[in-house]
Amino acid sequence: MNTVTTTAAGPQNSALYAARVGKYARRKRVNAIALTLSLAAMAFGLVWLVWILVETVRLGLGGLTLSLFTEMTPPPQAETGGLANAIFGSVTMVTLATLLGTPIGILAGIYLAEYGQKTWLGSVTRFINDILLAAPSIVIGLFIYSVVVARMKSFSGWAGVLALALIVIPVVIRTTENMLALIPNALREAAYALGTPKWKVIMTVTLKSARAGVLTGILLALARIAGETAPLLFTALSNQFWTSDLASPMASLPVTIFKFAMSPYENWQKLAWAGVFLITIGVLVLNILARTFLRNRH
Amino acid sequence: MDRTQSQGRPPARRRTTPWADTLFSVLAHAAAWLTLALLAGIIVSLIIGATPAIKQYGLGFLWSSDWDPVQNKYGGLVMIYGTLMTSLIALVIAVPVSFGIALFLTELSPAWLKRPLGTAIELLAAIPSIVYGMWGLLVFSPLLSEYVQQPLQSLFRGVPYVGALFTGPPVGIGLLSAGIILAIMIIPFIASVMRDVFDVTPALLKESAYGLGSTTWEVMFKVVLPYTKTGVVGGVMLGLGRALGETMAVTFVIGNQNQLNSASLFEAANSITSALANEFAEASEGLHQASLIYLGLVLFFITFVVLACSKLLLAQLKKGEGARA
Repeated sequence: MNTVTTTAAGPQNSALYAARVGKYARRKRVNAIALTLSLAAMAFGLVWLVWILVETVRLGLGGLTLSLFTEMTPPPQAETGGLANAIFGSVTMVTLATLLGTPIGILAGIYLAEYGQKTWLGSVTRFINDILLAAPSIVIGLFIYSVVVARMKSFSGWAGVLALALIVIPVVIRTTENMLALIPNALREAAYALGTPKWKVIMTVTLKSARAGVLTGILLALARIAGETAPLLFTALSNQFWTSDLASPMASLPVTIFKFAMSPYENWQKLAWAGVFLITIGVLVLNILARTFLRNRH
Repeated sequence: MDRTQSQGRPPARRRTTPWADTLFSVLAHAAAWLTLALLAGIIVSLIIGATPAIKQYGLGFLWSSDWDPVQNKYGGLVMIYGTLMTSLIALVIAVPVSFGIALFLTELSPAWLKRPLGTAIELLAAIPSIVYGMWGLLVFSPLLSEYVQQPLQSLFRGVPYVGALFTGPPVGIGLLSAGIILAIMIIPFIASVMRDVFDVTPALLKESAYGLGSTTWEVMFKVVLPYTKTGVVGGVMLGLGRALGETMAVTFVIGNQNQLNSASLFEAANSITSALANEFAEASEGLHQASLIYLGLVLFFITFVVLACSKLLLAQLKKGEGARA
């Protein structure tokens, strides 16, 4: 049957057939090339991740000693020294900034999800918040510099706390709103039907059901500000010595790493790698924790 | 008698709640207003801080390339060029790679691999920029110099125009390494937006194309991509916004040189963010500081426009989706 039709169609059709086969082969070839490139792109992305992590571990692990946590940042070319004051400063400022930024972020998130879904204030806030979320963090530093540092005439730990808190707020707003939006309306209606006032519905029903998600947002915000350097450069500045006084300039891990890594001194660079190792591990653990936490609850 | 009276008004205990309700509502509203005030505060404080420089130079600041703190003369062209150029290099690398990654994650990857691979790419965004910076300066740049810059230099030595792109001291620091590192940093943002918008393409549309005999590539390129193009552009803009505002990674590898004397990709340069990071804390009050804040204002303005475009495009895709569904 097949042979009959081919012969009957003549030479013209067989040329067409050949052209079709050729075109089909070309399409298949293009497809194969595109899919191979896509695989290569995926590999390209993963290579950087692995490479950066491997180098961080390789160069950072060597500096990981007990004195890292007990001794102050050393002068150049000293034999000993650690990052104790920088670690303390970072932990203090990050904790305070989270404590300061989280309630505001959660409240604004509640506003967006529970009060202002359809209002103009709601849409404007959502829009502005998305921009603040991706805005350059160094501009936040400039803002706090001119509002706080220039007025007080001194760099201070508090200024650093404020700058970091301003970065926490948009992250928390975003996750809180998204998580509250996932709570089914039936739950709210059931609570209202029992005569519960709105604030109690939010606090004891919706926010409570969304708490895993909200906590994830806080963890992500923590991870974000733990590595932030730019907003601290001209707010908290840095400090060679131990200080727990937030009114004076305060050392932080990222700023210290910046200073040490750009220097030509070997002992400083070694400490910088150890600091980078600490930050990377800390941030990755926070991120993975946040993800698994969210997955287990939903 | 008692009963009818108490029926007339609500039980005494509930009378306290409207007050708490109002308070809570006021707090929530205040928090939302605070976010708006924050943005307004940033813009106003930048404008006030930059006023001396704006008065002195006007818009001419944007195309003057003199940056000389010793003679107290300032122009922002070098930094603005550095910021735009590094972001452009980053986009040229990141956009095709992100498309490939999104294609892999939506169409090729086996289901059990999708999640771990997606998470791994997202973790690239979680690594702090200071880590990228230090790794870029001490690990990546020397390799870039040895295996890319020097071979290119010897290959194109003496070739007009093209050769000029690769001149410069062989240290691997400059616009290109900053651009490459920025590309790695924005790939996760662009790729995850692309993956999300590809995922919302109706299965019916894709299956129809497959049913007509299309290959996977044709389905992606001729069906999914046109359907999601506003979202894809929105994702690219988001990545661009990130690249423009990135500070630490760029500061480490761009070389921090306030001069613009060749077209080379390997020449040390400067960007707005790294000029701020390096000079601001030590800048003398007055014109130097004001000029730096002026640069910050320019940066904020550019990123604001880019991010706003991104947001509007992504919102448009969502609206269209609702209309078509």
